[in-house]
Amino acid sequence: MNLKDIIELVEGTPLNPEVDLTVKIRGGIGADLMSDVLAASQPKAVLLTGLTNPQVVRTAQIAEFRAIIFVRGKQPQAETLAIATQENMPLISSPYGMFELCGRLRQAGLPSFEANVPSR
Amino acid sequence: MCPPARTPTEQEVHGRRGRPITDQDAHEINRVEELSYDLKIREVMVAGLKTASPEMPLSEVLEILRINRISGVPVVKDERLMGVLSLEDIVRALQKNDLAATAGQYMTRDVVTVASYDSIVKAIRTFTEKKLGRLPVIDEEQKLVGIITKGDITRGILVALQKDYKAEEVRRYRASHLFEDIISERTTLVLRYTIKAGDFTHGGKASSDVKRALIRLGADPQITRRCCIAIYEAEMNLIIHTTDGGILKLEVEPHRITMSATDEGPGIADIEKVFQPGYSTATEHVREMGFGAGMGLVNMKRCVDEIKMESTVGEGTKLVMRIYVPDQTVGVSRDG
Repeated sequence: MNLKDIIELVEGTPLNPEVDLTVKIRGGIGADLMSDVLAASQPKAVLLTGLTNPQVVRTAQIAEFRAIIFVRGKQPQAETLAIATQENMPLISSPYGMFELCGRLRQAGLPSFEANVPSR
Repeated sequence: MCPPARTPTEQEVHGRRGRPITDQDAHEINRVEELSYDLKIREVMVAGLKTASPEMPLSEVLEILRINRISGVPVVKDERLMGVLSLEDIVRALQKNDLAATAGQYMTRDVVTVASYDSIVKAIRTFTEKKLGRLPVIDEEQKLVGIITKGDITRGILVALQKDYKAEEVRRYRASHLFEDIISERTTLVLRYTIKAGDFTHGGKASSDVKRALIRLGADPQITRRCCIAIYEAEMNLIIHTTDGGILKLEVEPHRITMSATDEGPGIADIEKVFQPGYSTATEHVREMGFGAGMGLVNMKRCVDEIKMESTVGEGTKLVMRIYVPDQTVGVSRDG
């Protein structure tokens, strides 16, 4: 699935001036806790989040995400967009909530890239 | 020019259930799949085709097929594809004793083609759907520019993988280059970053720079990732918890990477507690930014091979983390 397919599925709006729509997205993760994102993610996924501060882009970059979707139509702060554009991280705003978006992407065949907590 | 959305197969939907995907899987299994999207048909097709014109007598076309040992030719007029004439079409003409007829009369007109600017995945799908062995390739102006077979695709992917492999070799060479050319008892590359307290806007900038540096040095992607997650958590801690910020230091050696975060206060009273999952002293403001859930040190511990923290209240804290780089040759023989 590439970024263009994802944008269509979430009915999202790309926010960066230029976005490579052909970039392949391998999986998805939904989280508002950046430490969870760092702890549980696998590379080459899309991050669904309600947070819009610059740390979201940094976290996504460190954890090797390929795009960020802001849920519930949230718009990022100006610094967030500036860093994202500089670091080539696509930002997308979708009008839908976290649950709906996870459901849409999962149903379309996008695997979960959240590592499970190891069972004891 | 995007292919229509396809219903995912049972395997794609459920194949991964219950099996955690490792970094390794995500990186390797999909490379050929990735290439089938990245490579364009024009990059792997064969150009410079033998063609026939519609007016050409079949006997002449038969000569072209015989001399070139091929089983069919595209029929072209003004560079445009009009049809394809195969041996089967000629056999039909022979049955009617009509070898004097022209290529235009016996050629197959409804030819399935692919576009030179499409990804090879489009050609693979067309081969499967139409059960064909070769496809004429046309460009944006509908002109015939080449032909593609399954063999061309296999060769194209193998060539691209070979390029990947060479790029990987160059990348690794660059890494060893620095450390092998400089002779000393112990060569260490030190990266140093000053982190300001409360500077959330630039939070993570140092870690981004570390990541770029490690990639430049040719570090293994897994090691780079572990190192960057650990140093990012440490960087955020300096921003969130210190009175005057601190110093982030990375010492790169061929066999290990040592990371340290040093500050001058306020210091931590009970170090045992900060390693407990969920323990946090972060303010509401920090929590709103998605941090301060008491997972930072737990995350760091998960990423590194060694972690040590020393702290004195009123003096400061020093965090040292270490990741050991496995011997390259050992890694290769284990994989092989």
